[in-house]
Amino acid sequence: MTTRLTELTIAKARDGLLAGDFSAEELTTAHLEAMESARNLNAFVTETPELAVQRARASDARRAGGDVRGAMDGIPVAVKDLFCTEGVLTTAGSHILDGFRPPYESTVTANLIEAGAVMLGKTNMDEFAMGSSNMASYYGSVKSPWRGSKGQNLVPGGSSGGSAAAVAARLSMGATGTDTGGSIRQPASFCGIVGLKPTYGRCSRWGIVAFASSLDQAGPLTRSVRDAAIMLGAMAGHDIKDSTSVPFALPDFEAAVTGDIRGLKVGIPKEYTLDGMSNDIQVLWDDGIKWLEEQGAECQELSLPHTKYALPTYYIVAPAEASSNLARYDGVRYGLRVNGASIDEMYENTRGEGFGEEVRRRILIGTYVLSAGYYDAYYLKAQKVRTLIARDFRQAFEDVDVLLTPTAPTAAFAISEKTDDPVAMYLNDVFTVPASMAGLPAISVPAGLDADGLPLGLHLIGRPFDEETVLRTAEALETAAGFTARPDGVGA
Amino acid sequence: MPLDKNTVRRIAFLARIRVPEDALEPLVGELNKILGWVEQLSEVDTEGIEPMTSVAEITLPLRTDEVTDGYYSDRVLANAPGSKGPFYTVPKVLD
Repeated sequence: MTTRLTELTIAKARDGLLAGDFSAEELTTAHLEAMESARNLNAFVTETPELAVQRARASDARRAGGDVRGAMDGIPVAVKDLFCTEGVLTTAGSHILDGFRPPYESTVTANLIEAGAVMLGKTNMDEFAMGSSNMASYYGSVKSPWRGSKGQNLVPGGSSGGSAAAVAARLSMGATGTDTGGSIRQPASFCGIVGLKPTYGRCSRWGIVAFASSLDQAGPLTRSVRDAAIMLGAMAGHDIKDSTSVPFALPDFEAAVTGDIRGLKVGIPKEYTLDGMSNDIQVLWDDGIKWLEEQGAECQELSLPHTKYALPTYYIVAPAEASSNLARYDGVRYGLRVNGASIDEMYENTRGEGFGEEVRRRILIGTYVLSAGYYDAYYLKAQKVRTLIARDFRQAFEDVDVLLTPTAPTAAFAISEKTDDPVAMYLNDVFTVPASMAGLPAISVPAGLDADGLPLGLHLIGRPFDEETVLRTAEALETAAGFTARPDGVGA
Repeated sequence: MPLDKNTVRRIAFLARIRVPEDALEPLVGELNKILGWVEQLSEVDTEGIEPMTSVAEITLPLRTDEVTDGYYSDRVLANAPGSKGPFYTVPKVLD
């Protein structure tokens, strides 16, 4: 019974809870046991078993009284440690937030609580969401539940790597992530699960530890497209506390997953073919085109001419915004303080000790590109290129409904590979960053395995606030791909 | 515009991050590598292009200017590394 419960999708668990086949408490307990036996993955910074059982029992009690709050009621989920959770340690994967217990709950997690979801714990991540490997966490690397062909430990991707590992390893049914340049989609691709970054403005950013405010967006990581639709519905919505969250009525995302993509127009951007890209990726992409066409979609090649400039643009805009956002970590109001003789020394000591190397690099880059004399050459230039990137997409969406690309240029790599060269690490996000720069909804769907038996994702990008088409197309890919492979490195 | 050690030291001070002397040299290399790579943006013609100021094409809403929150300094101060009464404490700022 226990193992079977952790195998369920959210949609199946909802049906089982409705039919009374099991209780929310049984479902939660099964996942807590799985978490305990998979601590070797280091997927969680904090486990919250008491809170989880308490919320599961409350869900059962409500249900017994005829009050069911929707599909997420009683569903156990993990929460990226970037979301402030009232009274529960929130670290952002950083030393500088030592001991921080927020006095408030982020809007997204408050929405999940309101929907009856059960939080299992807070997941490990790259410090302040800056990374594509989870090697940049103060709490240590997360191990992917997948293993290399020679048994090597692999990265789960990042920055939402703990969330992706937890969902792939069947430790939680879904997890929240955040995506600034690919931090939901790239780990989803590496771990063989679904990861959805909604349109900028769909989910409130209130109470999410800020990295780059014009890019950050919360979204779900799940094991099916339908589950992503269900979970997004419980996370999203207008919030008066975030002026960039849009005042639009939420569609029924699950209802959008109809299985019918006849007549859909799909764009294949030619700039997403990279020199030296692995043949496995190209073959998978071609498969994706074929799968959509077989189900009645029309695919056409098109051009997004500024694609290659998205990543360097990102590495000006995101560090610039990060250097401003992270100015708040001053050793005064929360977290770590390292004393000094003067207040400046206290700031310098606290921030020198509290930030890891990648965060320090990005703050310094951001400080430099915003400094007097360089603002126009770097930041202003980048924001102009960003306008051109967004314009490319807008023009493409006059002809097509959705774009199909690979999610990442490679499968997962081994822990400790690629650490010497920051730019080589940044290239992980080459296919995910352009949609982030334009604020567009995008999803990664597990679609196949490479020659080493590691998962690869396909990536769909949609029009602003058209998550419905993205989800509908994603399910068509999911059905055709029939991805059933599963990781075997859990709990060993 | 290659950075040198002194510039990196100055940027680190602007960002109020203590960087040990022996870490400066490797940082010079890393930061120059990143800046050299983003330099490719100079080949993009942005003549007459407006910089992006808003990601979603919506007008930001205005709200009524009223107090909707507050009056719980004990909860706010609960996370402070140093506090005294209803105040944060810091090293001496004025002599």
